[in-house]
Parts: sequence; structure tokens; C-alpha cells
Amino acid sequence: MDFPLMLRVFPFFVEAAWVTVQISVLSLLLGLAVAAVVASAKMSGSFVLRAIGSLYVSVFRGTPCLIQLFVLYFGGPQIGINLDPFAAGVIGLGLNIGAYMAESIRGGIIGVDRGQVEASRTIGFSRLQTLRLVVLPQAARLMIRPLGVNAVGLIKGSALVSTISVVELTYTAQRFIGSTYKPFEIFGIAALLYMIIVYVVARAVDVLDRRYAIN
Amino acid sequence: MQGLDFSVVTPYTDLLLMGAWWTVVLTISGAVISFFFGIFFAVAVLYAPKVIAYPIRFFMWLFMGTPLLLQLFLIYFGLAQIGINVPALAAGIIGLGLHFAVYNADVMRAGIVAVDAGQTEGARSIGFGRFQTLRYVVIPQAVRNTLPSIGNNLIVLLKESSLVSIIGIAELVHSAQLAISETFRPFEFYITVAALYYILNLVLETGLRQVEKQVEVSR
Repeated sequence: MDFPLMLRVFPFFVEAAWVTVQISVLSLLLGLAVAAVVASAKMSGSFVLRAIGSLYVSVFRGTPCLIQLFVLYFGGPQIGINLDPFAAGVIGLGLNIGAYMAESIRGGIIGVDRGQVEASRTIGFSRLQTLRLVVLPQAARLMIRPLGVNAVGLIKGSALVSTISVVELTYTAQRFIGSTYKPFEIFGIAALLYMIIVYVVARAVDVLDRRYAIN
Repeated sequence: MQGLDFSVVTPYTDLLLMGAWWTVVLTISGAVISFFFGIFFAVAVLYAPKVIAYPIRFFMWLFMGTPLLLQLFLIYFGLAQIGINVPALAAGIIGLGLHFAVYNADVMRAGIVAVDAGQTEGARSIGFGRFQTLRYVVIPQAVRNTLPSIGNNLIVLLKESSLVSIIGIAELVHSAQLAISETFRPFEFYITVAALYYILNLVLETGLRQVEKQVEVSR
């Protein structure tokens, strides 16, 4: 183990880790927005909306995220979409994770006991009131863990944007492996930083889940 | 801005199909490795002495918390570093295999624990050894119970196999990149590649559903 080298390159990795965090947070927010829309479409009364929602989920989950990024970043200019790598990365990852998160949201809503809906309708709540005051608060609790799993997957998936030259953790690792020929040391640093980010998110999900658990 | 023209893809049909073939080969090889190593890791973590179980647990923890792409770089360049020169294809298969072995092991470990203790007691009392009990009684049941999750991992494996194009393996994505370098038509080719993955994915999902149904029936 070449520790002096590891210490020397460490600052570059901290900076890169910050980019990984930014990409992950921004695409998480975009993903949540997309997921809310897609889940609503999939659960709506309209056949057309349901079909569109299902198609979205099926296409984005049925093809590799890498290809989705390539279509957006390399293919985009051909249809008039010119994005810098960072923006393409955030949008690509966000659209992709949105499809997965839509299923987590839908799962949470389906998971709420039917009796809850029937009871609230019986005591005179409207459909909207039932959804807003009875179903969603309970569904939100059920969504915490699946959405947390999605978020952790997203952090690891953010490594893909290195292929469209966003200078984040994996890109930096690849560059330093190429220039120093010390794959184990460089992997060690990058892995440590990924682990820290993943650990923080996993802990946060644990705390949230426990705080709002339904007993 | 040029108009889109999917006819540019036609001359490259053979190249893309060849790439798709290698994607299938990678997926199957990765699946076989990840299945057997998954069982091995799960059994080792549960039953092996600490000197073996702890390193494997550390390895699993490390590979579950870091991106596959990073692991591929480690394996591709790391093996060369310690004097083992393997072709990119082997590094890709090993990388995919080990990455998904870890996820399979995680599922399998829970599956093994969930097999009723009476099964082990029964097998031991009719004279099976510890290894025989695992091999013929516990693991087959664990595999059957965890089949849906292992199938899900396989579906992810098919898609993630696209990553090995980065270390230069001539699979589907790499074939497309080759064609794009000659035609400068990324949009058409990547959409075509996406469609091919979608089809492969549908075939795999249908196949897995059939297998699951068979297993359900044989119960």
C-alpha cells in the first residue's frame, strides 16, 4: 500500500465526492418529481394515462441506464437537445430513477389497507379528502424504505455519469488508476468515500423509518 | 441539426447482432458465476470458521456499497497489477460474476436461514453428514424459495452488462460505438441498442416467469 500517494491524491477525491453528492441529490429530487407524476398516471382512472405511465416504467426499467444517458448526451444534439455533461447526468439519472421510484410510491399506496378507504368514505370524506388525509399519510410511511433503497442505488448508479465525462468519484478514480497504476490504493479511496455517502443515507433512512413506523 | 434517419443502422445489422450475442454470452457467464459463488459466499458466511467468514463478509459489504463500474476498473487493472494478465472479456465476466454473486449471497443467506430447522434435523437423523444435508436438503430448498429474487438480480445483470463496454469488451454498446464512430449517428444507434436490450429483457423476464411457474407446480 502506497500511503503517501493515497494522502497526496485524497483532496482530489474529496472534491469529486462532492460532485457525486450534488449529482445524486439533484437527480433524486428530479426522480421524486417524475415518480410522483408517473405513479399518479399509473393509478389514474384514465386508460390512456395508465398506458403512458406503464410504458414509461417499462421502457426506463427495461433498458440500461447507461444507454439512456448516451441517448440523451450523445444523441440529444441530433434532435436539438444540447446539454453539458453535468445537466445530462442529472436529467438522465433522474428520469431513470423516477421509473423505479414510481413503483415504490405505487407500492406504498397499494399497501394501505382497503378498509381505511372504505371507513373514511363511510364517515363522509370525499375521494380527495380520503387520499390526502387518510391514504397518503399512511402510504408515505410505507414508502420510506423502498425509496431509501432507490436512493442508495442511485448513489452507486451515479458512477455511470463518469462515462459522459462528469468529473465525479468514479471518473477521478479511473483517471488516477490510469496515471499511477495503483488500482488497489485508488479503489480504496473511492470506495471509502462511496461507503461514507451510502452509510449516511442508509442511516438517515433507518432513522426516518423507525420514527414513522406503524406499530 | 440533421434529420433522423434510421436506415443508417441497416448496414450494421450484423455488427449489432454480434454485439447482442456477446451481451448474451456475458450475461449467461456472469449469471453462472454469480449463482454458484452466491451459494458459496452465503454458506461460507453462515458456516465457515471466522477466518474465512469475516473476509467474505467484508468483501460482500465492500461490493454492495460501491458501484459496479468502479469494481470493474479494480478487477481489470488490479489483476494486471498483481501479475495476472487476463483479457478484458475475462475481467468483465469475473467483475459481473462477483458483483452479482454478492447480491445473490445476500438473498441466499436469508433463504438458507429460512429453511425449517426440522429439515436439517430430519436429514441428520437419517444419517446425512453436515455437508450432505446442506448440499441435498437445505440448499435446494433455499434456491427454490429465493428464485424470484435471484431472477430479479439476473434481470439487473443483463442491463448492467452494458458497463463492460467501458473496459473495451465488444458487446452490444461497444458495437454501437464502433458504428457511431463511422456514421456519427449516435441517436439512431443508441435507440436501436435500447430496443435490442428491451427485447432481450422481455425474453429473459418471460423465461424467468416460466421457470418460476414450473417450480411452483413441482412443489
